[in-house]
Amino acid sequence: MLTQVGPRERRKERLDRGLKVRTEGIYALSSGKEALYLLAPRLTLILGLLVLPLLMPNLYWQRVICIMGVFALLSLAFDFLANYVGLICLGGALFMGVGGYIAGILNSLFGMPLVVTIPAATVTGAVFSTVLLSPCFPLRGIYFAIVTLMYPLAASRIIEALDIFGGTEGMAGLDTLPNIWFASYSIIPVLLVSLFALRRLVTEDIGLVLRGLKDNDQAAKASGISITRYKAYSTFIASAIGCFSGAYLAHLYGWAGISLFALDFSILPIAASVIGGMGTLVGPVLGAFILIPLTELLRELGTLRIVLYSLLLAGFIVFKPEGLMTYAQRKYHQFEHWVEV
Amino acid sequence: MGILIYGIINSIVFALIAMGFALVYGISRLPNFAHGAFYILAGFLTYTFLFGLGLNSPASIILSLIIIAGIGATVYRFLLIRIRGMEASEIIASLAIGFAIMEGLRFAGFRGKTYTLPVFLEGTVRIAGVPVDFQRLIIIGVGVVLIVVLWLFTHHTKVGLALRAMAQDEGAALMLGIDTDFAALIALASGSVLAGLAAIVILPLGNITVETGYDILINAIAVCIIGGLGSWVGAVLASFILGFAQMLTVYIVGAQWQMVVALMAIILILIARPSGLLARQKELEERV
Amino acid sequence: MAEEVLLQVRNATKSFGGVRAVVDVSLSLSEGEILGIIGPNGSGKTTLVNLITGFVKPDSGEVLFRGKRITGLQPHKIANLGITRTFQIMRPYHSLSAFKNLIVPLYSPRVHQTTGGKLGDRDAVAIDILEEIGFERDAYVPYKIASSLPLGYLKRLEVARCIAMRPEIIICDEIFSGLSMAEIATMVPLLEKLQMQGTTIMMIEHRLRELFRLVNRVIVMNFGEKLAEGIPEEVMEKPDVREAYLGTEVDNVRD
Repeated sequence: MLTQVGPRERRKERLDRGLKVRTEGIYALSSGKEALYLLAPRLTLILGLLVLPLLMPNLYWQRVICIMGVFALLSLAFDFLANYVGLICLGGALFMGVGGYIAGILNSLFGMPLVVTIPAATVTGAVFSTVLLSPCFPLRGIYFAIVTLMYPLAASRIIEALDIFGGTEGMAGLDTLPNIWFASYSIIPVLLVSLFALRRLVTEDIGLVLRGLKDNDQAAKASGISITRYKAYSTFIASAIGCFSGAYLAHLYGWAGISLFALDFSILPIAASVIGGMGTLVGPVLGAFILIPLTELLRELGTLRIVLYSLLLAGFIVFKPEGLMTYAQRKYHQFEHWVEV
Repeated sequence: MGILIYGIINSIVFALIAMGFALVYGISRLPNFAHGAFYILAGFLTYTFLFGLGLNSPASIILSLIIIAGIGATVYRFLLIRIRGMEASEIIASLAIGFAIMEGLRFAGFRGKTYTLPVFLEGTVRIAGVPVDFQRLIIIGVGVVLIVVLWLFTHHTKVGLALRAMAQDEGAALMLGIDTDFAALIALASGSVLAGLAAIVILPLGNITVETGYDILINAIAVCIIGGLGSWVGAVLASFILGFAQMLTVYIVGAQWQMVVALMAIILILIARPSGLLARQKELEERV
Repeated sequence: MAEEVLLQVRNATKSFGGVRAVVDVSLSLSEGEILGIIGPNGSGKTTLVNLITGFVKPDSGEVLFRGKRITGLQPHKIANLGITRTFQIMRPYHSLSAFKNLIVPLYSPRVHQTTGGKLGDRDAVAIDILEEIGFERDAYVPYKIASSLPLGYLKRLEVARCIAMRPEIIICDEIFSGLSMAEIATMVPLLEKLQMQGTTIMMIEHRLRELFRLVNRVIVMNFGEKLAEGIPEEVMEKPDVREAYLGTEVDNVRD
């Protein structure tokens, strides 16, 4: 005898699209449609980014593209460290400043050309930043976050107090990138390469070790993994990305100063990551590409643009922490339908 | 002698600044990175009431404290409550809110001109041969009173003890019927009021600038970290250590090193002894 | 045939604040044996494991592995020497699938060294280990995300992570707790097989009946001290041991 248990309820259920299941894991691609399903988003991204500078109406906006690239790289670095290694670095400005100052010093004091200073700043900056941050690796999440927030603030005040490297005025008169096309088409490839390289990294075995470290560092220790070493590797990679951005920016403007350590460079990447979709690596890049033009449009309004992205950050992290990209991916890979329970 | 007296004054200033942050963290384990923003906001609000609207002193003060408490409560009720327990999100969200408030104030025109709050009482007094102005005496008075009152409250009243229990083990507190969300709401409102009080009492010594807001946040964090998050005695002790350290640094080396002291203190303590000097909760030792 | 003493603990002592967790405990573990550590809750068993594996430093005393001091070494270094452990509080890599959980230990320096760098495809090795331990490959269990697995599988995953390290010693911290009789029945032959292959095992357990079938000898702990040591039947006869337990579990042993 059947009994009615209660009022019939409806519930939303999400299932992977057939196309996703067929193209995932060990299944071979068997049709053009499936290949397109996988390739389309990636190709759109690559082509879109490469074409972007050509679409810009004037020099001002071409410059904005370059700035977008800088912030996209910083956001990428933040997302990688925070969501694949578990290191929440609230002080990305440290990398900007270190990279920018090293490039500036090499250029103005030693006269090296920017094709040398930028790579040199990237590598030495990464080493320097990793060494600086290494005493903090044993710290638990929240404490690591606080201390990393303080690093760039301390750096700028120390430089100011010691009045070295140009003090509050900074170092002016650095070589600038020859022309806007060089500028655009040096940062966009770097961005694309970094993005795809990191994506590859996190799916390789070493990426699994990093994620394991993030999930459960005690267990990782018991599995013979040296936490400090892998945190150092990851920090090196992220700071290399950040230092490159700093060195690039220094040569874009021909100037390096303590404003490179500003909170702006720490917080906007976080905003871009949260809004774009944390943990997806591509989300933060897109987040930067949304936020920067948005803030540029408001540039006349002064610091209101900072208010804007700060509020967006707060809003997203409280109400929609999954971010835009995760939402988009979900829509792309899954479909929803109502199911009666 | 002058160093001693000014050192004490500086230490009480630190204690006042840190109190709001320590209270909020001590009760609800929420690191309120908008603390500096509330401080500055209270200052600007009082200024607006005093000079913009022409209200008298007591009215301006009370009004801005009420408003700042309301803002603190609102921020908690509509934003922070949703991310309680997720430490990283709490820091980022409160930092973002603080950032928005402070830069919003900068946008709203609070720049360029110098703004300052008037001192409560003009005049100076000589203590042991050192000239001390009344405002600084008021700071000491207010500071000491608040420290004592808060200490008594959290250690000797039922409500206070319940709040401290809540900080240590929220699950247990919930089971005992303590409404932890409401307590956290009150905590944040009170923390904001304390920030506002500190602002009103300290700002007359100098100008109101948005940069101060950032410095205040750093100083508050420094005190709490040195003393150990969650330890009241530690915070007081840390205020004195930091207060004197900063005083001596500025005196010996120069004013530009002022904030470096606090910043380096945070970094060095976290590296060397993360739980702080007097940590009650060994938060960094996980049970395996 | 004299068996080599693999692991030695000498007068280990550890206090946390006012709590004396481990008090002057000494033991030795011989190669190829299965040693049981039993005792009421809070008797210091897990702390002892933490001391051996480097997660906690002893206040005094020593731990020796093959005669060399390993006291106070970092946990990952001790793990790379071949001393592996499970965790009483489950610690899977929750966002990774089951077999990917094993990639992490397979990536360790120890595995790299003991295989001469010729491990081959880590994925395949991981899945093989899981299959041997009872993760049904046909049901795609190894591919499930760790956080979605039921307790029985998680416990076995912990042991699998140790096996992946190609260990000399596996220290199991209450791996039977929370499992059904059937699930335990699948684990016992695995442990016996490991012993036959030469792995030394130390087991902390509350399920005495199942434990006593496996072990060669037991050590009883109470209030951080070593109370008794010997073969199970003898040890359980001692009055102070029975007093320490005061529970039905003691009766269960006497069939």
